Amino acid sequence: MRSEPALSRRAFLGLTSAVTASLALPCRVWAMSIDAARTAVSRLVAELYDAINSGGSEVRLYSEFEDLLDRYADMPIIARSVLGVDWRRANDAQRRAFTMAFKGYISRKYGSRFRDLVGGRIEVEGARAIRDFFEVTSVAYLQGEAPFQIVWLISDRSGQARVFNLIIEGINLRTTEAEEVGALLDRHRGDIDAMIADLRAAS
Amino acid sequence: MPLPVAHRSRIRLALATVALTALAACGPAVLPGDRVVNDLDEQSNRAMHDFNVGVDRAVIRPVSLGYGQVVPEPVRTGLGNAADNLDQPLYVVNNILQLRLDDALQNTFRFLVNSTFGLGGLLDPASDMGIYAADTDFGETMHVWGFAEGGYVVLPVLGPSTSRDTVGRLVDVAMNPTRLAFAAPESDYVTGLSVTDGLNTRHELGDEIDRIYYDHADGYRQARILFLQNRRFELRNGSGSDYMDPYDDLYDDPYEDPYAQ
Repeated sequence: MRSEPALSRRAFLGLTSAVTASLALPCRVWAMSIDAARTAVSRLVAELYDAINSGGSEVRLYSEFEDLLDRYADMPIIARSVLGVDWRRANDAQRRAFTMAFKGYISRKYGSRFRDLVGGRIEVEGARAIRDFFEVTSVAYLQGEAPFQIVWLISDRSGQARVFNLIIEGINLRTTEAEEVGALLDRHRGDIDAMIADLRAAS
Repeated sequence: MPLPVAHRSRIRLALATVALTALAACGPAVLPGDRVVNDLDEQSNRAMHDFNVGVDRAVIRPVSLGYGQVVPEPVRTGLGNAADNLDQPLYVVNNILQLRLDDALQNTFRFLVNSTFGLGGLLDPASDMGIYAADTDFGETMHVWGFAEGGYVVLPVLGPSTSRDTVGRLVDVAMNPTRLAFAAPESDYVTGLSVTDGLNTRHELGDEIDRIYYDHADGYRQARILFLQNRRFELRNGSGSDYMDPYDDLYDDPYEDPYAQ
């Protein structure tokens, strides 16, 4: 009597391909994201250069930077991590006001720094996964200067690939601005509203 | 029977190599975390910072602006190149002490190219060939040997440093082959050249330094965090940093949605 095999061929094939797929899946997602991170930074860099080389006024450049931040950076998470412990005691209105003021401050401050890159170029070199996010490395080439490294940290935990930190020659935006915001808070003895008012005026 | 001279120096060289290898084998010191600031003597550091800002405002800034206006750009660049070129031998000494022989070769080659084809260092053909200075100092050598950063220190006129790097600076001055190679008055020219180079740097980084010193809520804190981050980056020598992920921040409520604002 022919016994029915415990596992039919179809079931076996189905199971094998499911196992293979489940093994392949994390790799595939990971590889796609690493490409997505790289592509996002390449696009951001290209748009950054369009803005810098457009030759527009300072005010227009800053608003273009603000627009770039809206589309490529995760401003809510950057603002929150820059404010650190003080984010916890801020109320909703203060959090919203701080995020807005901080975005304006960053586009003015970094807008004027990136202006110095006019005539140079930034090349995206490589990307790698670190824990739950990605590190995209680029190199800035300026006339008559040794090339220097710009690193972009990018995460899709907001639902989209967004930059959450920027590191130029080891100096990272989050740590540096946390120090600045901390100094503003100290100056006003921890008064969040006064700090926000100062941030709106700072460049 | 005394050993022949050549033989003795060879033994000394072998001993030095063994000692260096042993030192380097201990591995570099552990670098402090991103926001760690070890400012043991903040009060006197702040006083020195204020002094430096005063000196900058009264002397260095105006002089460097004048220097930038009076001396044409190609001359400034040439003098700057020459000053940088004279630093190369010191880099090579430190590269060897760090057992980073590829950097030693790179700096030696750069020095030879710029000293000859670069007309004694006035031009910088090596950079055009893609050979940049692998700059270093004795502070880095001590780091490679395992000496920790120490406390943050603000030096008169020279600005931010650490206690380890302050010792490093003194050793660098003492063992600088360029300084040792020249007797007075040539050695004075070398010193003059490096002062000029300092003025040129202040001129070229003018806006950036103005911003740090004069634009920030607390210029002292800003200069300190910028210096420490950049210094640790140099000492990491290309290896990755331990990044902080704000999406799993210590201070955050995991059930709070930052997008629900």
